[in-house]
Amino acid sequence: MSREPSRFGKVLTHACLLVAVAVAVYPVLWVIKMAFSDTQAFGLSASLIPDRVTGANFKALVTATDDEGTWLFGRHLLNSVVVSTGTTLLGLFLACTAAYAFSRFKFPGRRAGLMLFLVTQMFPGVMMAIPLYILMDMLGLLGTLPGLMLVYGMTAIPFCVFMLKGYFDTIPRELEEAALMDGASQFVIFWKVVMPLAKPALAVTALFSFMTAWNEFILAATFMNDERMFTLPVALQRYVGDYGTEWGMFAAGAVIVSVPVVALFFALQRNLVGGLTAGGVKG
Amino acid sequence: MSRITADMMNERRHLRGLIPTALLLAVCGTLAPSHVSASDGEKPREVLLWHSYRTAEEEALRRVLDDFEKEHPDIKVRTLGIPYDAFASRLTAAIPRGRGPDLFIFAHERVGSWASRGVVVPFDDGVHAPDLEGYFPETVDALTYEGHLYGLPLAFKSIALFYNRDLVDEPPATTDEMVALAGKLSDPSAGRYGLAYPADDFFFHSAWLFGFGGKLFDADTPVLDTDGARMSLEFLRNLVLRERVVPQEPTPALVTRLFNEGAAAMVVNGPWFIGEIEDDIDWAISLLPKVSETGLRATPFLTVEGVMIAARAREPDAARSLARYIAEDGAVTRAVVGRQSVAWSPAYENPRVGDDPVLQAFLDQLPHTVPTDNRPAMQAVWEPARGALGDVMRGGEPDVALARAQSRLEGAVRDAPAQRSLAPYLLVFGLLCFAGVGAWAYRSVRSTAATGGLMAEARRSRTAYAYLAPAFAGLLFLVLVPFAVAVGIAFTHHEGGEFYFVGLANFRDILFGESYGVTDPLSFYFTLLVTILWTVANVALHVTIGLMLALLLKEPWLRMKGVYRALLIIPWAVPNYITALIWKGMFHKQFGAINGVLTSLGLEPVSWFGSFWTAFTANLVTNTWLGFPFMMVVALGALQSIPSDLYEAADVDGAGRLQKFFRITLPLLKPAMLPAVLLGMIWTFNMFNIIYLVSGGEPGGSTDILISEAYRWAFERQEQYGYAAAYAVLIFCILVGYTLSTRRVTGGEERS
Repeated sequence: MSREPSRFGKVLTHACLLVAVAVAVYPVLWVIKMAFSDTQAFGLSASLIPDRVTGANFKALVTATDDEGTWLFGRHLLNSVVVSTGTTLLGLFLACTAAYAFSRFKFPGRRAGLMLFLVTQMFPGVMMAIPLYILMDMLGLLGTLPGLMLVYGMTAIPFCVFMLKGYFDTIPRELEEAALMDGASQFVIFWKVVMPLAKPALAVTALFSFMTAWNEFILAATFMNDERMFTLPVALQRYVGDYGTEWGMFAAGAVIVSVPVVALFFALQRNLVGGLTAGGVKG
Repeated sequence: MSRITADMMNERRHLRGLIPTALLLAVCGTLAPSHVSASDGEKPREVLLWHSYRTAEEEALRRVLDDFEKEHPDIKVRTLGIPYDAFASRLTAAIPRGRGPDLFIFAHERVGSWASRGVVVPFDDGVHAPDLEGYFPETVDALTYEGHLYGLPLAFKSIALFYNRDLVDEPPATTDEMVALAGKLSDPSAGRYGLAYPADDFFFHSAWLFGFGGKLFDADTPVLDTDGARMSLEFLRNLVLRERVVPQEPTPALVTRLFNEGAAAMVVNGPWFIGEIEDDIDWAISLLPKVSETGLRATPFLTVEGVMIAARAREPDAARSLARYIAEDGAVTRAVVGRQSVAWSPAYENPRVGDDPVLQAFLDQLPHTVPTDNRPAMQAVWEPARGALGDVMRGGEPDVALARAQSRLEGAVRDAPAQRSLAPYLLVFGLLCFAGVGAWAYRSVRSTAATGGLMAEARRSRTAYAYLAPAFAGLLFLVLVPFAVAVGIAFTHHEGGEFYFVGLANFRDILFGESYGVTDPLSFYFTLLVTILWTVANVALHVTIGLMLALLLKEPWLRMKGVYRALLIIPWAVPNYITALIWKGMFHKQFGAINGVLTSLGLEPVSWFGSFWTAFTANLVTNTWLGFPFMMVVALGALQSIPSDLYEAADVDGAGRLQKFFRITLPLLKPAMLPAVLLGMIWTFNMFNIIYLVSGGEPGGSTDILISEAYRWAFERQEQYGYAAAYAVLIFCILVGYTLSTRRVTGGEERS
């Protein structure tokens, strides 16, 4: 694909991408409209521009405090960042090691082990909440951020393992064999040779783990015993009631929750391109 | 909508019942937290209150609690506001573990189910017989189950008639007047309606059902096919199809929009609607009209929020006095600050409460309401009733719709299977385990002969095991133990808080039941077919679109790649609860953006939720929009595993674009993409929230997939947790079977 396409080809590519972007973004424009409108209605009116633009929803969300004056939004944001980052690190660490073992070693139980990782995804996840609650309680992790990280990490791991294993499989072994010849230890090979080459897959799994933790609210709302320990999605879901929903607040919260994800992806994406060079692989 | 979501979420509570029989409890029992009572006289007693109030209601509660603490310096109140969707599941998880609150605030509908499972304790426990004089009797009835009062009524909610005063001078007194007035104010082709309300929601339709003298229970059995129901459906048909004074597909969002644009003169809605009305609308509320045919007042459902005492409360006495304080002393604050229709009648003597026209309107409606039945059997009524409303609004005959709803209701009220002895099953299970171990031993002996010893091989693989150990330990503990418990439940039946062993009865009824034909949406095989279709179509679209975009974004000459990529993952980033509902709005027959595009192209507008294929397409489009960014990101990563010198070599050989794609890109992409595709299939197979939010199973439950069917059995059909768990186990077996048949992916043979 080194050849430059014709002018027409370029225009066509941009046109396709622009259409895709329009479709991707159009429904979200309604969310943004609701976030800036001054009613709490689900805004389906004909115009995409609210009659009166106001930042009141954002202001109310960001400045929320509890009765002791704790800045709740700050706490929730901090909790979310800590839990999501922790989940990403835990998930990546456990998944890298496991995926490397599955990709590079032949050992008894390998096939069954791989299957086991997959099997955990097959049982409807929400059925697990009460047993998980009991386990967390027994471990003394109920109501703590590490407890949430552990649960989210385990939820994210199977995908991460499979994604990384698939990618490791495409990395030629000659590189590692060469390093082994040079006397490098197994761990050094893993850390210094394989990991840097797997950057694109690491970026994908990191984003996935982060998202697993970032948007979850049911388990967080079930496990946390103090409003100050809630994560952002829990605070957001509070605006959804039995009969009515404060859509203006919910939409503003949805915008706030989405921005870091897009920003993270923007930061990660340079790892998605140009990860391997042809020369590097040839070894 | 969220009433349904909440039900789906709450299915976890079913696990609790079996836990006493499961291995878990043996462990839990010894490790259960011991609660030290804090009432040693010196420290203030601490009372924990859970609620799901927000904004003004939360502020009012906060003030009431401050006042209480001032008057009772020995009691400290701690509150926890929990999202409504997680509330019930949290209660049922925490209370039996002794980690629940002392008291909590919730609507009355679940009282029957909670009382029978020992989550709440009666407020009138023999020692305490509260004086109920000051409470409106309807609100006390709602919280009474089998002769006991569970909690004190705080506030009540029902629907009433909102009208735009610029369009309506005098609210109609009878339904005939209402229809005539609405007819004058309607112009459907211009998108103007005399009356708007979510007519396909049974909660709203109840006003007409009871107004036509209908009923929902015959002694303890729920019924739908009654004369009152038939007349109320005729009336509905008249409103929507003959007079056309009510819009078709009247979602709550559309009702709000029409009223705010002055395009709906009257709206039937509840107090939650007030916050959604724009400032420039001059509105008022009145009683619902009398039904002209019967002379009875339109009588909607009543929901009562009560403050209830949790089982295992640490400070039950302090909790009771706090409950009384919130209900009675705090009533004026809750009414004035929180805008609640309070259940404590003396509060209305205060002019700030009694002279409030909104509170007065709902108070006037109160004697003409029926509390939603709090018996667990009520849960089975909602879904078939909603189906009948949908049928009629799409042009079906009321008789036929009711007969269908009645048979669906009876199909959902399943006869309890007989209790079985555990012994033969344990024996078979033991034999199977024995055989399994035997087979494993035989294989390892054989492989010993071939490779010189399994143990020796395992010893050589120590490094591999060391790499695997951490992930494995976590997985075993956190996933497989809960999984085993859930499987156990599939062999039981739940009724009134009790679980008993029924052997394979649940599986037999699902797979070989004869209550309905194979083409009936309730049938397992029909739903399975829909599920497979749903999965294949979704994954195919996700992968195709994701891969195409990833390929476009890979072009080296392309500028602004980063911006394109970041914009394209937006559907994944925004919480789908709100975007799925926006898509549902875009599929609206009359007001949706999609039909708008179709008509501007000269095509006929489509009634998207009127037939299976269009409803399925609506779900599919929504889920494709939500799912393609993930596959795009995976494909972007996977494309990097293809060395670019291969393309250079292909260029030298003069290969075309398509050739390069099929000869190089696709085959080399496989190992890195296949895991995501396989997992995508598994996730989509169990992805039901989009179906709930967009089509809701319409028409007639046909677009439901296996997992949403399982949820309905657990929450909308008499809490048949065992049956639902059996569905889940079957789903599991199907997925395992499918995966085993695609071994290539799970095995490591692709690199041999």
